[in-house]
Amino acid sequence: MSLGLALIWLGLIVIIPLGALALKPWELGPGGVVEVLLEGRTLAALRLSFGAALLAAGLAVPLGLLFAWVVVRYRFPGRRLLDAAVDLPFALPTAVAGLALTALFAPNGWLGAPLEAWFGWKVAFTPAGIVVALVFVALPFAARTVEPVLRDLPPDMEEAAATLGATRAQALWRVVLPSLLPAMVTGFALGFARAVGEYGSVIFIAGNMPMVSEIAPLLILVKLEQFDYAAAAAVGLAMLLLSFVILLALNLLQRRLRRAAA
Amino acid sequence: MTVELRGVTRRFGDIAALQDVTLAAAPGEFLALLGPSGSGKTTLLRILAGLDFPDEGEVLIAGRDVARVPARERGVGVVLQHYALFRHMTVFENVAFGLRVRPRRTRPSEDEIMRRVGRLLDLVQIPELSERWPDQLSGGQRQRVALARALAIEPPLLLLDEPFAALDALVRKEVRRWVRGLHDRVGLTSVLVTHDQEEAMEMADRVAVMDQGRIVQCAEPDELLAQPASPFVAGFLGETNRLRGEVRAGWLHLPGIGRAGPLDLADGEAEAFVRPGDLQVRAATEGAARVRACRPSPAGGNRVLLETDSALLEGVSPERLDRGSPCEAVIAAAIVFGANGDRVLFSAVQNTVPAG
Repeated sequence: MSLGLALIWLGLIVIIPLGALALKPWELGPGGVVEVLLEGRTLAALRLSFGAALLAAGLAVPLGLLFAWVVVRYRFPGRRLLDAAVDLPFALPTAVAGLALTALFAPNGWLGAPLEAWFGWKVAFTPAGIVVALVFVALPFAARTVEPVLRDLPPDMEEAAATLGATRAQALWRVVLPSLLPAMVTGFALGFARAVGEYGSVIFIAGNMPMVSEIAPLLILVKLEQFDYAAAAAVGLAMLLLSFVILLALNLLQRRLRRAAA
Repeated sequence: MTVELRGVTRRFGDIAALQDVTLAAAPGEFLALLGPSGSGKTTLLRILAGLDFPDEGEVLIAGRDVARVPARERGVGVVLQHYALFRHMTVFENVAFGLRVRPRRTRPSEDEIMRRVGRLLDLVQIPELSERWPDQLSGGQRQRVALARALAIEPPLLLLDEPFAALDALVRKEVRRWVRGLHDRVGLTSVLVTHDQEEAMEMADRVAVMDQGRIVQCAEPDELLAQPASPFVAGFLGETNRLRGEVRAGWLHLPGIGRAGPLDLADGEAEAFVRPGDLQVRAATEGAARVRACRPSPAGGNRVLLETDSALLEGVSPERLDRGSPCEAVIAAAIVFGANGDRVLFSAVQNTVPAG
């Protein structure tokens, strides 16, 4: 009964729309689909979307870990505010986040100006800006998956490590981090999934130059505006399959880690 | 090695968890810290382990003051309350941990680690569990892993924090004897923290009874039972009836029981501790006390629960008594504390006069 209900819901909400997406591109014929996907602009957009999303998830995990560590292990005024603030990217319309980040990192922005003056770094309107925006949206996923595990991690494991002669660094590296690793992989997967599909915040900060800073979701929109629905669906299908393979791999990795820990 | 605490005080905010504690354990001794929860015994153990530090006082291990030395530099073996096994490591890796984290100069070779861990797992009698994960083990097995892990660093001093609390009652007794045997075989000095007086009495050479951050008495188990230093010690150790009464002209008057004497105590309020075996109950035609329950005792005779108007007491009776029937009790032996803290051991059957 409950299995049946779950399958019906899954069918209505996930399978049918995705099935439609999988069918649409073939209006072009197999040759047409290959042609769309091998176009330089498509390849560049996919490479940018997936590369930036993986990099952003990779940056968000240590940042999220640091954040979770501070919130769980330290007591300081404003801790609860900080704790609540990390969820803001969940709630904020991503366009607002994109505008804010763009203003901040623009060549005349508060951060953009000094970065360019001192280091010669350009962030806004480059791929680096895309990574910044994606870290912003991926961070809460990384922080929120690690936090409860860290909270439940009994402090006595670290104490036991200390009595056995481990230094603080050894205790963290050999005892704490391995216990958090499955959660970190989950946080990475969620953060990546969120980042790869991110659109609203990126288009403001990216500059959107074809071949340089145009992300795949934007390319889909461009094709839609040209009424090239099948080509848009082809890019969408490619994103879907790539994401699925990456998430599946992360899932398998995570299961192996859990089994080792269990 | 010798362990000594001198004038150790530890405060958490306004609360003193330990107040001026002085205590020593001789090499090879098995010392128990016994007390109710909140008495400071775990704080004391953590200070010995280097997981907490005293505000005042000295902690001498083998004659060296280590009060400010953190745990990792002490080389003291610790078995924590819930064992704190590393969940993501096999039993083998758990035991090997203390060897693997050594600085490269003193770290044994891989072969040597294999050999040593193997020997430790043999010692704790679980060689077959070497490749298991902690959550595939029973409570008793986990405890053995925790012991082997603590012993891997070859500590001369072993600290045990409520190590049997997580075991069920049946295994507990057996494991206690086994741990004590291990202590003797390995030649350790051990300090056990427990709230279970039976455990402390059975395992330890000496027991330090703690209350509100102080050691109220530290002595061998027999001496603690025979000559408790205070009403707290007498009440905390063993099964005992606590009776409040009054001394008048050398006689102890216990409401609902009768009077006993003569005894050498000043007039005033008094507290008597009577073991159930020393409270002899017999049927009476009338009296202030009633039988609440009577059941055969495995030791012979009957165990009687009787009720006076002020207390519920446990005693013994050679014959079976009916529930609800009136009875009287005779005190064969008691430890009596006077109002000024004086203590007398009272033992005089013939001089007890039941109430009624």
